[in-house]
Amino acid sequence: MSANVLEVKGLTKRFGGLAAVNDVSFDVREGGISGLIGPNGAGKTTIFNLITGVYKVTAGEVSFQGRRIENVEPYKIADLGVTRTFQNIRLFKNLSVFDNVLTACHLSAKYSIPEAILRLPRFRREEKVLAEKATFLLEIMGLQDRRDIQANNLPYGLQRRLEIVRALALDPKLLLLDEPAAGMNPDETEQLMRLISEIRERFKLSVLLIEHHMDLVMGICEHIVVLNFGQKLSEGSADAVSSDPKVMEAYLGSSGGNKC
Amino acid sequence: MDWTYIQGILMLAGINLIAVLGLCLLTGFTGLFSFGHAGFMAIGAYIGALMTVPPATTAGNIGGFGLPFVVGIVAGGAAAGLVSWLLGRITLNLKGDYFCIATLGFGEAIRLILNNVKTFGGARGWPGVPQYSTVWAVLVVDIVAVLFLANLVRSRHGRNMIAVREEELAAQIAGIDVFKYKMIALIVSAVYAGVAGVLFGHYMTFIQPKMFSMTKSTELTIIVIFGGLGSISGSVLGALVLTALPELLRAFDIWRLVFYGAAVILIMISRPKGLMGGMELSPAGLRKVAAARRARLAFKTEALREDAAEGLRAEEAAPGGKA
Repeated sequence: MSANVLEVKGLTKRFGGLAAVNDVSFDVREGGISGLIGPNGAGKTTIFNLITGVYKVTAGEVSFQGRRIENVEPYKIADLGVTRTFQNIRLFKNLSVFDNVLTACHLSAKYSIPEAILRLPRFRREEKVLAEKATFLLEIMGLQDRRDIQANNLPYGLQRRLEIVRALALDPKLLLLDEPAAGMNPDETEQLMRLISEIRERFKLSVLLIEHHMDLVMGICEHIVVLNFGQKLSEGSADAVSSDPKVMEAYLGSSGGNKC
Repeated sequence: MDWTYIQGILMLAGINLIAVLGLCLLTGFTGLFSFGHAGFMAIGAYIGALMTVPPATTAGNIGGFGLPFVVGIVAGGAAAGLVSWLLGRITLNLKGDYFCIATLGFGEAIRLILNNVKTFGGARGWPGVPQYSTVWAVLVVDIVAVLFLANLVRSRHGRNMIAVREEELAAQIAGIDVFKYKMIALIVSAVYAGVAGVLFGHYMTFIQPKMFSMTKSTELTIIVIFGGLGSISGSVLGALVLTALPELLRAFDIWRLVFYGAAVILIMISRPKGLMGGMELSPAGLRKVAAARRARLAFKTEALREDAAEGLRAEEAAPGGKA
């Protein structure tokens, strides 16, 4: 197995004449936490949509564990082990916290529709496993005492957390987090940083995240890719990226004299 | 009111219920609206009749195969299911409203085709369908239909359909084959409508394309919404109430349908989520409602306690001052 869980080569996405993502290449290391940063409209979320199959790729390659996944159906990519959260939270709003996670556990059961309708032994056995798995996930993520609350009645921070739990229910090998700290105060952001590191250790997965909170990005990302106008601007460790003059220019303006 | 009359209403309600249960899965659980399910009922009714009507003896009679009722039910349901599979392959990739329009066109197309196909009597209809639908037959089919649906909904497959209704994109990212589950919901709903059509034809003993117009499709969808989206018990209640209501309103004579409409509007205003509003009248369903209520309460108390604690802290920080 290669040391890179995800390899992106020459990825390009055009919407009509606009190249939202233009010839971007980067790798995500196995077991690492990588960050994707850049100003608004740089094409970060578009890259997530391309990796997870929500958008069709115009040109370029995406390989997950050595397997080409560009233009594969999103649900198949999820089945392979790539899953994500959304910038604007997309929970199953009218379902309870428990049911949100239980639904996402579905790939751990194999019983068919006739088996479900006739309530055959395999249905009962596997359904029990699913419920146990969902309970386990809620427990270790600290949502167990909220399990019966309707998802959209949760406070904002917990909704984000629930979305991560739902993603973990798929046993992903690569977790994509789209602005997980959006709308969080510094305290919550710090909690989230710990949570992400914990998840990585416990579930043995790799993380790629989009974030604007520089504390979070610089704090936990071992590898950072900087985008601007759909193109890769810079890449490297936190220190290397933050001292790159091109990055400073994109973030702070041309002369660097203006205090932002 | 004599027993035959009441029995007739109950049978119509029971027959409607079968079609409504199918739509309950499609609309209430999977989130796809249809205005063409009378089309599937028509397919069921005509194929079912074709199976059971005895072979023609005199010229001018429309003959069938003279097979037992069970064969008619199975064939009617299967034919509707098969057609829905074809329809689904073409239309299920369409987004929400467009799918709805496509089903509307489908329902009308079926009716118009039957109107013009002379083999089955065309617009004049097909008389002489054997009267096989009894109260017991309808009751048995109803019970089986409810059990199947309840078991399907409370499984991973049912949860996947609900996920499609709630948030299609998130469902896909969660590894759910959205197209497949929409297709399953459509086929199941069409089979249910087809079976309802067979029972309807064998109750009326006469079928005519006019019976399966858009009004019928709309009626079915109204019952599902009226009962409450995502609730099987709601659909059962809705089918009973809305089938009986026009009969109870017979006293109003020509104003009957006006009162019917007004009653539906009034109930929808007072209960915007339908009669049952997504809840189920079953032990598990009631437990769920109770748990959700408890959780909400606990959550509120906790928030209040936190607020109070914060107030106390503020007071400690500035003693005597107004916090």
